Amino acid sequence: MARTLQCLHVESTTMEHPLNTEAQRVEPRLQLLGISKSYPSVVANAGVDLTVMPGEIHAVLGENGAGKSTLMKIIYGVTRPDAGEIMWEGRQVQIPSPSAARRLGIGMVFQHFALFETLTVAENIALALDEKTTPAQLAPRIRAVSAQYGLPLDPDKRVHSMSVGERQRVEIVRCLLQSPRLLIMDEPTSVLTPDAVQKLFVSLRQLAAEGVSILYISHKLDEIQSLCDKATVLRAGRVSGTAVPKQETAHSLAELMIGDDLPTCSLLPRAPGEVRLAIDRLDLASSDPFGTRLQDIRLEVRAGEIVGLAGISGNGQQELLKAISGELAAPKAGNIRILGKDAGRLDPAARRRLGLGFVPEERLGRGAVPALSLADNALLTGYLSPGAGMVKGGLLRRGAVGAFAAGVIKRFKVKCGGADAAASSLSGGNLQKFIVGREVELAPKLMVLAQPTWGVDIGAAMLIRQAIIDLRDAGVAVLVVSEELDELFMMCDRIAVLAKGRLSHAVPVASTSVNQIGVWMSGEFDAPVNEGVDHVPA
Amino acid sequence: MSRLEARPTPSRAMMLASPLIAALAMLATGSLLFLFLGQAPLHAFYVYFIKPLTTEYGIGELLLKATPLILCGVGLAIGFRANVHNIGADGQLTMGAVAAGWVALHFDGVDAGWVLPLMILAGALGGLAWAAVPALLRTRFNTSEILVSLMLVYVAYLFLGYLVHGPLRDPAGFNFPQSKMFGDAALLPLLKEGLRVNAAFPLSLLAVAGAWFFCRHTFAGYRMQVSGMAPAAALYAGFSEPKNVWFAFMVSGALAGVAGVGEVAGPLGQLQPSVSPGYGFAAIIVAYVGRLHPLGVLLASLLMSLLYIGGESAQIELQLPSAITGLFQGLLLFYLLAADLFIHYRFKPRTRETGATTDAAVPLETAHES
Amino acid sequence: MNPDYVIAFLASTAGAATPLVLASTGELVAERSGVINLGLEGIMLVGAVAGFSATLHTGSMGLGLLAALAAGAAMALVFAFLVLTLQTNQVATGLALTLFGLGLSAFLGRDLVGQTVAPLPHLSIPVLSNLPFVGPLLFRFDILVYLSLVLVAVVGWVLARTRIGLLIRAVGEAPHSAHAIGMSVIKLRYATVLFGGALAGLGGAYLSLALTPMWVEGMTAGRGWIALAQVVFATWKPRGLLLGAYLFGGVTVLQFHGQGLGIAIPSEFLSMLPYLATIVVLVIICRNPQTILLNKPMSLGQNFKAD
Repeated sequence: MARTLQCLHVESTTMEHPLNTEAQRVEPRLQLLGISKSYPSVVANAGVDLTVMPGEIHAVLGENGAGKSTLMKIIYGVTRPDAGEIMWEGRQVQIPSPSAARRLGIGMVFQHFALFETLTVAENIALALDEKTTPAQLAPRIRAVSAQYGLPLDPDKRVHSMSVGERQRVEIVRCLLQSPRLLIMDEPTSVLTPDAVQKLFVSLRQLAAEGVSILYISHKLDEIQSLCDKATVLRAGRVSGTAVPKQETAHSLAELMIGDDLPTCSLLPRAPGEVRLAIDRLDLASSDPFGTRLQDIRLEVRAGEIVGLAGISGNGQQELLKAISGELAAPKAGNIRILGKDAGRLDPAARRRLGLGFVPEERLGRGAVPALSLADNALLTGYLSPGAGMVKGGLLRRGAVGAFAAGVIKRFKVKCGGADAAASSLSGGNLQKFIVGREVELAPKLMVLAQPTWGVDIGAAMLIRQAIIDLRDAGVAVLVVSEELDELFMMCDRIAVLAKGRLSHAVPVASTSVNQIGVWMSGEFDAPVNEGVDHVPA
Repeated sequence: MSRLEARPTPSRAMMLASPLIAALAMLATGSLLFLFLGQAPLHAFYVYFIKPLTTEYGIGELLLKATPLILCGVGLAIGFRANVHNIGADGQLTMGAVAAGWVALHFDGVDAGWVLPLMILAGALGGLAWAAVPALLRTRFNTSEILVSLMLVYVAYLFLGYLVHGPLRDPAGFNFPQSKMFGDAALLPLLKEGLRVNAAFPLSLLAVAGAWFFCRHTFAGYRMQVSGMAPAAALYAGFSEPKNVWFAFMVSGALAGVAGVGEVAGPLGQLQPSVSPGYGFAAIIVAYVGRLHPLGVLLASLLMSLLYIGGESAQIELQLPSAITGLFQGLLLFYLLAADLFIHYRFKPRTRETGATTDAAVPLETAHES
Repeated sequence: MNPDYVIAFLASTAGAATPLVLASTGELVAERSGVINLGLEGIMLVGAVAGFSATLHTGSMGLGLLAALAAGAAMALVFAFLVLTLQTNQVATGLALTLFGLGLSAFLGRDLVGQTVAPLPHLSIPVLSNLPFVGPLLFRFDILVYLSLVLVAVVGWVLARTRIGLLIRAVGEAPHSAHAIGMSVIKLRYATVLFGGALAGLGGAYLSLALTPMWVEGMTAGRGWIALAQVVFATWKPRGLLLGAYLFGGVTVLQFHGQGLGIAIPSEFLSMLPYLATIVVLVIICRNPQTILLNKPMSLGQNFKAD
């Protein structure tokens, strides 16, 4: 089943390398041989081979949980492999720490930025450089590099006041200042508008032309086809194949990633019913001093429809979700109406009694208590269900609790050690299935989900998406907040964009395109749009 | 420690074993300490830990000293489970003693059956009221309950000092700072003639049973547990944090107050400048060593009580300084915390086979996984 | 009111404030790197007894102070090992350290009760100390008073302007990010915790060698806890520490000068003032959650473990 091409000897065919001094054969810049790494409950990498040539943009492709991040951590010295060898420019090396990686010439731009909010750009960069330069000395170098590669930055600006796109530029410039020969980019476009993605690609192609190798981690097939020269595909910790993206189709790449036929969701048209969630002129300051202020949010979600909220994290999603769930009180009771009742000042338990179900973004620590069993976690929101009978007269009825949990486990195919297994022992996908299942089993009339398939394997993701669609077909009003445009276009009836704390109109999915949504994601709700190609799900 | 790796689930075996390991480690260190002090370790060990238990009187003393530890420890454990840190139990104990003492002195000479229950009630209310201050300041003003409850301990000590030097001082007491001795109606009945252990001990067992039931079977106990383990999850579920904070302080304050009654209506029989050799602080150790579980608290209280009595016995027989007790107590908690490491971590097994996975190879979520 | 009396009162404030300045400055550095050490009270006591004992047995004040620094660092080392290497809970371990310190100091000092040493001498700064009014007020303190002031200034400058200060702030804010870019979070925290412990030990020794040159069990009477509150009161900025410490110094000495200043309250109530004032001050700072959110080091109290 796995198509594995062992590339130990690479011919310098297409690479005309200006810095190539060897006459006969170009050494790979980086070669991983048989890398393996395990954690207590899971094998992250098993026998991974990877070869990156100088000046090559090499994609590492795979679904969430395939082992990409772990592999990059190994290359960057954050983690040590259990087995395998790393060859750098022909020599075997050990990479015990990020400083060692940097000394070799490896730079990494993290998916979750390693930045310090209260410090300035120059201070942040100074910290990461191993030389003892002061932030003041760095400022002119920062300006020079950022101009050279089209990544505008102000060295004296504090990070907390910068947009996500700007922060990524800080990460990139920080790497570039050390003249890397290999640049690792971990899911760089998950935080960018489509416009910014193109600008990034220009910078990356410029770097590659100068001989820098780029390892590009992503699961976005269209981007990889547009940017990358080679691709190594990871599935379940192993290399399932290597390919030249431009010679493959989206379908064949997806097949390498997933292995089965791509399942799809189908949405039957439905006439939506009464309004179940109404957000009316909500203005809300964030409780986090570095958060985003919500301004004049208006939204309606009706029974039997799925409304999607697109947008990159950090544009007010956390605040809006907390305002809806009750974890943050709205200024006026009428700002949030659930099933017609003013709910803006009610606490989460009261809102659930009105019929709200909520799957939060953070599984461990918010949606579930890591150290408690699945049964005890069922109680977390299950106590509000009169039918389940988990609490009576202030006393716990463990039998009913266990039965409910067992039911969720069975119906949602949660792989675990039974209802008594600790939540922390489950994989991300299974825990997410449990949490979604718990909320679904409580028969909400309004369901809100935040990033429902983030970090979840493809099988669980499809099950969760189908459960969401089933809810809709049963007449529940559903609101999905997600960074994955693919997912929203696949599942939603209407879609709106949250950008910089403001919400666009919600438009039917069929009447819009990725282009338009992309424009809205930068906050330009009223800008005219070139009607491009309609989106086709991957 | 690169040889350690996180366990997928906390080890239940270690959860039970670590207090035992800690106790053993403490005993071992203690033997070394005895050696250092010029004592034959085995004999000192016997005098300290075994001899007190060989007489009926000794057992009585063990239970007597364990009583305030149990009462305070049970209350503190309930709070610690919910991340509510009441460090001021000794102050609440003192104020409970003051309240009960005031009742006893006010009704001095009255020989009725309701005096003692009224004293217990007063003691509970006194401790509860003193604990209400940190609860209020945390819920209304976000102030650290650790620091507030601690400051109030010193205030309580000083208040008691003021009372026994002034308004409540025994006029016939030769100017010693102490109150009149309480009348018989204001003293707790002894459990057995000749021993000092009194009715407060069964009360403390009742507290253990009540706490066990609360933690295991009530929804309120569940809410407090979630609140302590994952505050964001408690908020998500709609559990009220202020309610938990108030409840934890009210219960631990009241129990500490009753412990205060147990002292002044028991072995002390009067108000003195100090009514506690730091029981409220020792109870913190008891709560942790007892794994925050009521039965564990009971056992840990007995161990801690043995440390107190052993210290006295060693001081008399071997002229060992009484300060070793404090040393032992601190060591015990250190060792417990160290032993707890192995609940969540273990040494990496030598060989690891690759290939055996559950479903998709999804690593445990860390800050930078995708 | 006698002006000499007022001078004496104001001058004694410095003596009462200095242990707090020392201990809280050290703790501030540790907290800026993300570690809260609730064992300050225990460390101060051990520092007090170690310093006193060393001075008593060697006759040298200098050795006594060094012993206090070393004892404080040693206590902090135990704490650091448990919390940083063994990953124990910071709150519980700090409490354990205090209780252990109470016991250890009582044990070490059992034979020292009732003995005295010559106190840390007061300086007489030439010329300045002879100025009218200001002279006896400001220029006749012992050397540790002046050193503590310099210390606060130096720590403030280091945190704000040097690379090591930058590292400390970064680790305190986001240790995982710091680790990801290659900083050794654990090593840095060991350094800050030991620094804090040494200073706390010195602060405790000030009590037993300068203020009341003798050893009494539990002589810190809660100053370690007050030092912790001081760090919050100063919103984790060094310049705030001086104001807080001297405020408390003033409140503390009130109990000794109360009658002289014409205050007719039982002495026990005057003695309560420092503790009550600490509570009031904490409430004032903490009641607005934004104040804490904006100033408290984000990782304070949370353990860091590398993968």
